[in-house]
Amino acid sequence: MTTSTDTTQQDERAALDVAGLTVVGRPSDVEIIHDVTLRVARGDILGLVGESGSGKTTLGLALLAHCKRATEITAGSIALSGAALDPGDAAAVRRMRGRRVAYIPQSPASALNPALRLGTQLREALHDSGADGGEATDAEAAARRRAVAGDPQERVREVLREVALPDDDAFLRRYPHQLSGGQQQRVAIAMAFIGCPDLIVLDEPTTGLDVTTQAHVLQTIRHMTREYGTAGVYISHDMAVVADLADEIAVMYRGEVVERGPADRLLGDPQHPYTVQLLRAVPILKTAGHTAPEPAGEDGPLLRVRGLRAGYGRATVLSGIDLDLARGQCVALLGESGSGKTTLSRSLVGLHHQFTGEVVFDGDPLAPSSYRRTAEQRRRVQYIFQNPYEALNPRKRVRDLILRPYTHLAGQPQDPDAVVATALERAALPASYGERFPDQLSGGERQRVSIARAIATRPDLLICDEITSALDVSVQAEIVELLRNLQSDGMALLFVTHNIALVSNIAQHVAVLNKGEIVEYGDVGTVMSAPTHPYTQALIADTPDFELSFGESPLHRPATKSAPGGD
Amino acid sequence: MSRLILYRLGYGLLTLFVVSLVVFLATQALPGDAARAILGRDATAERVALLRDQLNLNDPLAVQYGKWLAGLFTLDLGDSFANARPVSEYLGPRVTASFVLMGLAALIATPVSLLIGAYSALRRDRAADHATSAVSLVLAALPEFAVGILLILLLSTGWLHLLPPVFAGSASAVLADPAQLILPVLTLVLAVSPPIIRMMRASMIEVLESEYVQQARLKGLPERVVVWRHAAPNAIGPVAQVIAVQLGWLAGGVVAIEFLFAFPGIGLALMDAITTRDIPVIQAVTLLIALVYIVVNLLADVVGLAANPKVRVSAR
Amino acid sequence: MSLATATAPESAAAAAAPAGRRQGLFRAAWRHGRTKVGVVLVGLVVLTAALGPFLSPYSPTELVGIPNRTDVEGTLFGTDGIGRDVLSRFLHGGYTLITIAVSAALVGVVVGAAIGVVAGYRRGWPDEAIMRTNDMVLAFPQLVLALLVMSIIGPQVWLIILLIGVSHAARVARVAREATLKVVEQDFVKSAEAIGVPGWRIMAGEILPNITSPLLVELGLRITYSVGLIATLSFLGMGLQPPTADWGLMINENRIAITVQPWSVVLPVAAVALLTIGANLITDGLSRASIGIDRGVEK
Repeated sequence: MTTSTDTTQQDERAALDVAGLTVVGRPSDVEIIHDVTLRVARGDILGLVGESGSGKTTLGLALLAHCKRATEITAGSIALSGAALDPGDAAAVRRMRGRRVAYIPQSPASALNPALRLGTQLREALHDSGADGGEATDAEAAARRRAVAGDPQERVREVLREVALPDDDAFLRRYPHQLSGGQQQRVAIAMAFIGCPDLIVLDEPTTGLDVTTQAHVLQTIRHMTREYGTAGVYISHDMAVVADLADEIAVMYRGEVVERGPADRLLGDPQHPYTVQLLRAVPILKTAGHTAPEPAGEDGPLLRVRGLRAGYGRATVLSGIDLDLARGQCVALLGESGSGKTTLSRSLVGLHHQFTGEVVFDGDPLAPSSYRRTAEQRRRVQYIFQNPYEALNPRKRVRDLILRPYTHLAGQPQDPDAVVATALERAALPASYGERFPDQLSGGERQRVSIARAIATRPDLLICDEITSALDVSVQAEIVELLRNLQSDGMALLFVTHNIALVSNIAQHVAVLNKGEIVEYGDVGTVMSAPTHPYTQALIADTPDFELSFGESPLHRPATKSAPGGD
Repeated sequence: MSRLILYRLGYGLLTLFVVSLVVFLATQALPGDAARAILGRDATAERVALLRDQLNLNDPLAVQYGKWLAGLFTLDLGDSFANARPVSEYLGPRVTASFVLMGLAALIATPVSLLIGAYSALRRDRAADHATSAVSLVLAALPEFAVGILLILLLSTGWLHLLPPVFAGSASAVLADPAQLILPVLTLVLAVSPPIIRMMRASMIEVLESEYVQQARLKGLPERVVVWRHAAPNAIGPVAQVIAVQLGWLAGGVVAIEFLFAFPGIGLALMDAITTRDIPVIQAVTLLIALVYIVVNLLADVVGLAANPKVRVSAR
Repeated sequence: MSLATATAPESAAAAAAPAGRRQGLFRAAWRHGRTKVGVVLVGLVVLTAALGPFLSPYSPTELVGIPNRTDVEGTLFGTDGIGRDVLSRFLHGGYTLITIAVSAALVGVVVGAAIGVVAGYRRGWPDEAIMRTNDMVLAFPQLVLALLVMSIIGPQVWLIILLIGVSHAARVARVAREATLKVVEQDFVKSAEAIGVPGWRIMAGEILPNITSPLLVELGLRITYSVGLIATLSFLGMGLQPPTADWGLMINENRIAITVQPWSVVLPVAAVALLTIGANLITDGLSRASIGIDRGVEK
């Protein structure tokens, strides 16, 4: 690790030196960032980890002296290679941006101007071309000036080649929407590096990319920072990615950096309880699989799918899908975006009608449309949606959200209060939540209400469509635990996910979906340790693997402990 | 892209066809005897018979419509009942006069509104923005004739006698005395601008808050480049539709304004025709107004498509 | 887990706040200063129109003096072009205008919302058919459509309400459809479909309660426009007919004498102006509040 080689020299040449930085919101005067001190050496990457709302993006923007509307930097200093960045001096700030510090956004699709060609957008990021630079005094600045002072067109092509993009005129004439997500992110990287800055701030630059593209983009970032001797601040919620990439890690919690240190030390021997909690919540890629009680009473599978073929109009999305699901068992359906996994799960629940093939539930065939199924079938197969912010009608109280579907499917309950209370309890929520509106719940609580709504009717099969992907890792761990408890009670689960690391922690069997076909199917332990299909192999290789080197992850506790709130 | 434009064009023609049907049905085929309705109860049987003949009311409905439609294509819109001249000849100079009025209003209102809207967005939440917002809200609420009357009260009566309160002159020479045009044009501009200003402001604010504008700022670009290269072109797109609606509205809005200022255009002709139950003129004017509306919206669609690189490049 | 417990008190505090979204919109709108100004303006004009007939010194059709004079004994604002009391006609002239305008706006919003929700939820050919028909109605400016139909049938109150209502409905339907499309995309609608809740109950129970904010804004807007349109129709002589006292008609009858007797024009123009401005200010407050709520700024 480079950080420990020559501390004194590194300190003098720190690319970024932040002291006591504080950002407040207006007009409430709430401190969004409180007294943050950071230091990053040239060529190093600092991983800035935190969950949503921790202030990590605000901090990232503050490093460029940029504040979103109604926020303001009130204290602290920022220095880039010794040169102070004064937020009050707009002209000076503008001169520093693009030359000494650059920003790579979370979503290049919205950060690239849709109406301007790539060539224009890249060239305008190059400020000093053809000129004899500014106040360069030290050797590095001089080197930077040499790199960028030549022909601007040539510099644009050079940096495009470096991020492995085409550099021909046709490419430069393109508009952002003509590129794939991965290409857009490479353009954003090229745009940041074109001026050879001292520091690059990367705000979750791989969110929304599939793991293979993510691996390539991360590799490019690592390569570019080494090549240019640029310091990086990599903002992420994903501990596994940061563990892979960063030399040093800072953990943010509620606007403060609660722990900071070399990556090895922080991952191996975390000091702050929040860091410990965060690390424990990271799902672990390879295990023998979650063990569940053996299905009792072998009278055929609960759900049997044979030769399912589905599509939209003339486009076929899925073909030749075979799947079996026994009572009390969990099958994980793993696939990247566009693999057809949501189409499959929606076909099974009767929301997607354009499919052919055999879908048999407990001996009886299921009609394509939910409206053609019997009330009993609809009661026994329940679905939980990905985004808890959209799955609950904001105009209804939790109580009604649970009772209305129950009444519709199972008739008027004798004791409505008991139905609500039991469902909430099984979802580990207090019965008093029945009186709340969804607005008054956090994301994790909303997802628990969705689960309560689904299990209130005592279904036999629960289809979970990416139900943790919109949640923070610590909440994700809690939801996974809840699902495992439900499974122990005899409920069968179809767990749809794009996150391969979650598979081991919940399922006994896994089906890997690629381009509409199941390319690999087997029990979790076998598939994860010895994948046979090249797609699965690549998927496992590209996923940042993170081994917890202290204690044990709560995700790996045997599922014997009763659910929280069960007492 | 050309396929999209052809589609819109075909759709515009279809709309126009349906509009002609509505105009025809509303004026000529309503329940009851149109001729009787026009002439009133105490008309003689001969006059009613004459009018029925003139309107082809004795033919089946489809034949009536066919004859009328065929007439439209040859610009033979029949003779005016009121003055017995061919409608096209009677309306010709009035159409020109109204187009002068609408054209002037559009030419002034569009750029001025866009600039005010953009300026207001850049000055967001400051005094200039609040003032613009309040004034445009008030003007947007007022019916156009009220704006006109208030302007007359302000500029033509009482203490100030700056401008003539009504138009005096013939339809063929509306430009002869430009001072007479000021009040009607100003009224139309004031009535048509507020939605454009508000939309431009909203659109510009949205664009200024977008990630690509933030990214342009983080690239260290001067504010001038950020606003005029990155923000403004993207902000105008969504406003085009509103501009079209407003310019289309002008065609209907001139009715009350021409009536108020006695301006000899199609609007005044329509009101005169309604008083005298001059059906051919009513048909011609309403059809023309709908035509202007459809054409303006079609143009806005085409311009909107052409301005969007996503459509321009991928749908070629 | 510690985080979950740490956030619990916060959400408990949120739960303690009275929860009702409908009141929330009006309360949030009230916070904008312009809403208050709007309510005062509308209140003044509506009070004048409602109480006016009981307060007027003369009957609206009674001749009280020489026409077009401002200095007639026993009158505050003089006489109109025939010699009737301007103040009395003004006090009698608002009631019908406001009633007709509000009726037309209600017709428009109710019909438009129904059309928009069905089109937005059903999609497919019903959507195409409804929205294409809508476009045809939209090809006529509202005023011209009303003039066209009334040119033959003649001015009738029910016809005015119907025509203005229909032309409003076409425009409201667009807004309601857009709003519905946004709601339909959300998973709670799919969740109801997955358990087989009938379509009409999804539209009434899941969708409608979630588009009330844009519909209320639309109602405000439509009332504003209705007042303007109906006043304009009367001003053009195609609304209420003489000798009825009506603000639009008063302007029509007396505008020629505006230089000698401005009051009979100024009073009704001012009333119409204040009413439309006030209604628009309230609408603007509602729309700002509804954007705030949708963005989660207000609770």
